[in-house]
Amino acid sequence: MAHGAGGKASRRLVEGLFAPLLFGSASGPLGDAAHLDFDGTKIAITTDSFVVKPLTFPGGSIGELAVNGTVNDLAVSGARAEAMVVTYVLEAGLPTSVLEAEVRAMGNAARKTGVIISGGDTKVVEHGKADSMYITTTGIGRPIPGISIDPKSVRRGDKIILSGPIGDHGITILLARGELDLEADLRSDTRSVLPLVEVLAKAAGPGIRWMRDPTRGGVATSLNELARDCRLGIVLSEEQLPVHDAVRGACELLGLDPLHIANEGQFLTVVGPEYADTALNALNLAVGGEEAKIIGEVREQPAGAVLVKTLYGGSRIVDMLVGDPLPRIC
Amino acid sequence: MKFVDEFREPEVITRTAEEIRRLADPGRHYRIMEVCGGHTHAIYRFGLKDLLPTNIELIHGPGCPVCVLPMGRIDDGLSIAQDPNVIFAAFGDMMRVPGTTGSPLEHKARGMDVRIVYSPSDALKLAKNNPDRHVMFFAIGFETTAPSTALTLVRAKEWGLHNFSVFCNHVTIIPAIRAILDSPDMRIDAFIGPGHVSTVIGCRPYEWIAKNEHKPVAVSGFEPLDILQSIVMVLRQLKAEEAEIENQYKRVVPWEGNRAALGAMAEVFELRPYFEWRGLGFISQSALRIKDSYAEWDAEKRFVVPGVRVTDPKAAQCGEVLKGVLKPNQCKLFARECTPEHPIGALMVSSEGSCAAYFNYEHRKTEMVISISSVA
Repeated sequence: MAHGAGGKASRRLVEGLFAPLLFGSASGPLGDAAHLDFDGTKIAITTDSFVVKPLTFPGGSIGELAVNGTVNDLAVSGARAEAMVVTYVLEAGLPTSVLEAEVRAMGNAARKTGVIISGGDTKVVEHGKADSMYITTTGIGRPIPGISIDPKSVRRGDKIILSGPIGDHGITILLARGELDLEADLRSDTRSVLPLVEVLAKAAGPGIRWMRDPTRGGVATSLNELARDCRLGIVLSEEQLPVHDAVRGACELLGLDPLHIANEGQFLTVVGPEYADTALNALNLAVGGEEAKIIGEVREQPAGAVLVKTLYGGSRIVDMLVGDPLPRIC
Repeated sequence: MKFVDEFREPEVITRTAEEIRRLADPGRHYRIMEVCGGHTHAIYRFGLKDLLPTNIELIHGPGCPVCVLPMGRIDDGLSIAQDPNVIFAAFGDMMRVPGTTGSPLEHKARGMDVRIVYSPSDALKLAKNNPDRHVMFFAIGFETTAPSTALTLVRAKEWGLHNFSVFCNHVTIIPAIRAILDSPDMRIDAFIGPGHVSTVIGCRPYEWIAKNEHKPVAVSGFEPLDILQSIVMVLRQLKAEEAEIENQYKRVVPWEGNRAALGAMAEVFELRPYFEWRGLGFISQSALRIKDSYAEWDAEKRFVVPGVRVTDPKAAQCGEVLKGVLKPNQCKLFARECTPEHPIGALMVSSEGSCAAYFNYEHRKTEMVISISSVA
């Protein structure tokens, strides 16, 4: 199960099995989408499957996630989503009203972000052989002019910008499962980050070195991957991390680290130091980017790892997550 | 956030750290054991070691219930849940703890009905909502969680709910501290006492540590400031050559403990003659079992339990690390065969275990310092 949770085990599965057998030796660092060049015509392509329980939660639902997730994977690879195909795997007995609501949610999300859903496939499996509904979306996009994303271009002194508060989605889902007698005024942050990425590209295009949407495994996992790919150290300042009080409270109670919690509407970017202020200002002025912050910078050490400076002058290493975050009680 | 932020105020923390540096005699090496795994976790998470002078060494104690649970007990619990009618319910803490044939989470992936619950009463609710199934709650923890297990059993009896049982692994903290103090290679100057356990048992049960063993104890909360203040307390005592029990966590811990909680435990539990602790071996009168008057809800009596004993690999030096003789990274297996993903020894299992905490938060930091100094 840990192999699907987005952390260390997932990465090992991709690097150890999929990359060598499917992608051949040409594969570089693992990005969110593949950029291909067909005789001068450049496209980006990505795919993602969505398995969420419960199907709907405060702030969104699986259908909305399925559209936004793929749009975001393309956006942080430096591409604007243009078209998408959808595959549904449905469990026999799923109420039609549930399916209809999700299809509607997908349509709305697609229109909002300006992507065309141009085809799809449906499979129904026996009752008990799937958990109500799985959605896979595959998206293609056009490169956003003027930006190039490559972890190898990251340099010492570069700044790390986070688009907004973290942990809202993961904690919302945890609470929405209803297993915890905990309530909080929280909503999933699911949204398309494409508008913000475009704002960033316009303001600081040449300064952008790397982007990633910190979904499963959270900010800690995304930045650990970056640290490994660029062989430099990522140093974060805990003081600068935007986290809503409700998320912080739930994490305190359950023994979780907000840095490990999933997000569905935020992105991280590394920009050259000379572009950092411009990039941040542009994001802060844009709708939905008001809470963006510079959360840290790239240093020589600790090479290949992420270090968090605590509020008191201490520090700790933050590793990738192993498996899903589990609450600690005793 | 109330009761959190005021104990994380950077300025107060800096002042307290300065006080520690003033009190610590540079010619002396201090070895202070924090008994509780929650403290270990907080020390690493907040980077508190960076604030202490190098002659103050924090030794991580046995207070991590997941870490000290022998693998055989997990195997026994899982073997009961092989019956498809049984739902295995446990805290999230237990889910990744490996038995010989895998962790509860791995068994779940293979089809076992494993549920994460947040309290024993959630497990009882599960039993009420699934009258055709049997719900077995795999209970772990010190006196912190034992009262809620006890109250749940009292309620199960009141409700006459017969499809519920508890596989009891509750342990008690005092015998473990005694075992560490009795150990011939023990070298500890003072204790930071467990905060959550003390909300139930109070401070009195520690008095012998001061009186007979002449070691200071400060019962401590879990915020950065709590832990630093507790270090100040024991340093002051050591300087004055005194040994007393001090209660730093007064906002939560009553000196006499929680009578209602102790009453519930006395109603349901009795001491086992002996119990095996991972890393420490058998300790007499160190764990709780369910009394005969609650036998119907005792999984060990209702089901056939194989009673498996699994010894840890000889190379794992958990006992030495637990007693503070070795640092986590001095164990031969640390970060080689034994990692949080594939724990071999007990202390790598839970994130509150000293080896896992060291691995997650400290290990590569040390490497970094070494690599920087080797460059210089």
